[in-house]
Amino acid sequence: MIQEFKRVWKPYTIGMLWLLGLLWPLLGIHADGTLTFQKTVTVWIYLLAGTFVCLIIYLLNTSGYLKFVADPLFKTTGKIKSATTTLPTWLWFILILTVALIYPQLAGRYGTDVAINVLLYICLGLGLNVVVGLAGMLDLGYIAFYGVGAYSYAILNVTFGLGFWICLPLSSFFACLAGCIVGYPTLRMRGDYLAIVTLGFGEIIRIILNNWMTLTNGPNGILGVKPIGIFLPIFENGLTFEHFWVKKLQFFYYFALGLAIVAVIAVKRLNFSRVGRAWEAIREDETAAELMGVNTFIYKLLAYAMGAVFAGLAGAFFAARMKFVSPESFTFLESAMVLCMVVLGGMGSIPGIILGVMALIALPEVFREFDSYRMLIFGATMIIMMLFRPSGLIPAKRVGTRSEEKEG
Amino acid sequence: MSEQPILELKNVHSGYGAIKALKGISLKVMPGEIVAIIGANGAGKSTTLMTICGIVQAEKGEVFYDGQLINKVSPEKLPTMGLCQIPEGRRIFPRLTVEENLILGAFHRNDKEQINRDIQHGYDLFPILGERSKQAGGTLSGGEQQMLAIARALMTKPKLLLLDEPSLGLAPLIIQQIFDIIATINKEDGTTILLVEQNANLALKASKRGYVLETGKVSMEDDAQVLLHNEEIRKAYLGE
Repeated sequence: MIQEFKRVWKPYTIGMLWLLGLLWPLLGIHADGTLTFQKTVTVWIYLLAGTFVCLIIYLLNTSGYLKFVADPLFKTTGKIKSATTTLPTWLWFILILTVALIYPQLAGRYGTDVAINVLLYICLGLGLNVVVGLAGMLDLGYIAFYGVGAYSYAILNVTFGLGFWICLPLSSFFACLAGCIVGYPTLRMRGDYLAIVTLGFGEIIRIILNNWMTLTNGPNGILGVKPIGIFLPIFENGLTFEHFWVKKLQFFYYFALGLAIVAVIAVKRLNFSRVGRAWEAIREDETAAELMGVNTFIYKLLAYAMGAVFAGLAGAFFAARMKFVSPESFTFLESAMVLCMVVLGGMGSIPGIILGVMALIALPEVFREFDSYRMLIFGATMIIMMLFRPSGLIPAKRVGTRSEEKEG
Repeated sequence: MSEQPILELKNVHSGYGAIKALKGISLKVMPGEIVAIIGANGAGKSTTLMTICGIVQAEKGEVFYDGQLINKVSPEKLPTMGLCQIPEGRRIFPRLTVEENLILGAFHRNDKEQINRDIQHGYDLFPILGERSKQAGGTLSGGEQQMLAIARALMTKPKLLLLDEPSLGLAPLIIQQIFDIIATINKEDGTTILLVEQNANLALKASKRGYVLETGKVSMEDDAQVLLHNEEIRKAYLGE
């Protein structure tokens, strides 16, 4: 115990002092030019006390003093784990689906709004997962296709008066087209170069949206986009249909849920198809895939276009819900955010991405009360998660174990 | 020999930008043969194979496969035509399972039952792969990975197999095993094999004819036995 402590106290002290150095400019320098130390020191002392307790518990545990607590704890978690794995997967699906279906009845307006965001980003994350997780191409301009989808619906609706249901496939078609146009010249590149080029093309699309005044109304955006319209059957005098605009948030929620479910099923089917296997081969080793008869260019383009389709669907829904689109919604920060969700959740794993989206959308909302420390906590949480789960929250179940280990 | 060669290179030049790796290679491979290409580091052995497959474009000269000019055929079409390469360093798909690796070898084929039978045939050839069929390729040992690479290439049903350094980084015992299997494939399936090797001794012993490459040119070609007993070769490549 003492030995252990001697080993760790130095890096611990340096770390805490470093934290103090980081904390002071954040808390001590005020906008009016005054400098204070009081607040910084109090916060720092709280953190110091907290981490010290954690450190002591950790040391006690590693040197075996806490066996009497740790052992039963370990056993019960093991039991819970085995109990959850024995439950059939369909039961899980039904459980999750029921919770998802009754959620808006329980949550308030705010809760539903956040949930719609989560579902929208699940759709986006799964689309990006096809490009990044399956085909292994780092795409930093993904949000541009989301923008293309949103603007497609906005323009078609406001200028040509087309309804949502016609525009939904059209939006994804235009996004797909944009994906092909961008992908055709860029996909010859690999790795880091591809990332930079996609970043560039993403910005090009945003700047076009920002400057093409006659079509997109520039930075002012497009106002008055109609929401989703649905026909409800009415049985009063015979069977007639009444058309009305969806205004209630709950309808949007259920629609977003439907979209997310479609995306989950589609990506799952793609993953285990011949196409999915070709994508994975390209991700693993492009030259080897080519030598095995995979037309790498076509399949890479397909992955890119497929990702864009999901982004286009999400984009059209986004425009219908916000009733307003402007280029500001499609900045690089959004691309980075979606990429974070995919990487944090676990590339190539569908439940991982869903969890990643929830974490990255819900966490900032939860920490909203902490005001300006929100982003600090957010960043710290991400670092901690990446330290303890470097391959994502729920890594894709691809990597097998050696058969000897399995037997043992 | 009046029959048509399965592979023929006529004065092929190629390289990487300003670096010219091949400066006029001509060689012939007859159906059913095992032919070895030996040479020092940087002689252009691997580039020769990459140029045949079109991964590296030939700048000059012609590559004929089965009497057909394949300079302009894109690499992914070649497995359909029965030409398959096992690249240097094995290059299996590390995060896919052994079985998925094999299925990818049959990517251009649609006959599901025959594919399953071929996978089984691969497991018969390399029993260790059958044991590890659900394991990720990257968790295999070097020798097992080489076996997987060979099994994966066999899934394309090749008429001509290009093998790049099958002995790379393997223990002598495993190397012997790999070469035995190469001989078996050649004898039983009648697959023609073009072998690139650093290990000249082994390669020449296994093959019928050999080519010696030196800085992008063929410096010698003869029957493998003759090359094996050639004084110069023994000095330069066999370390005697």
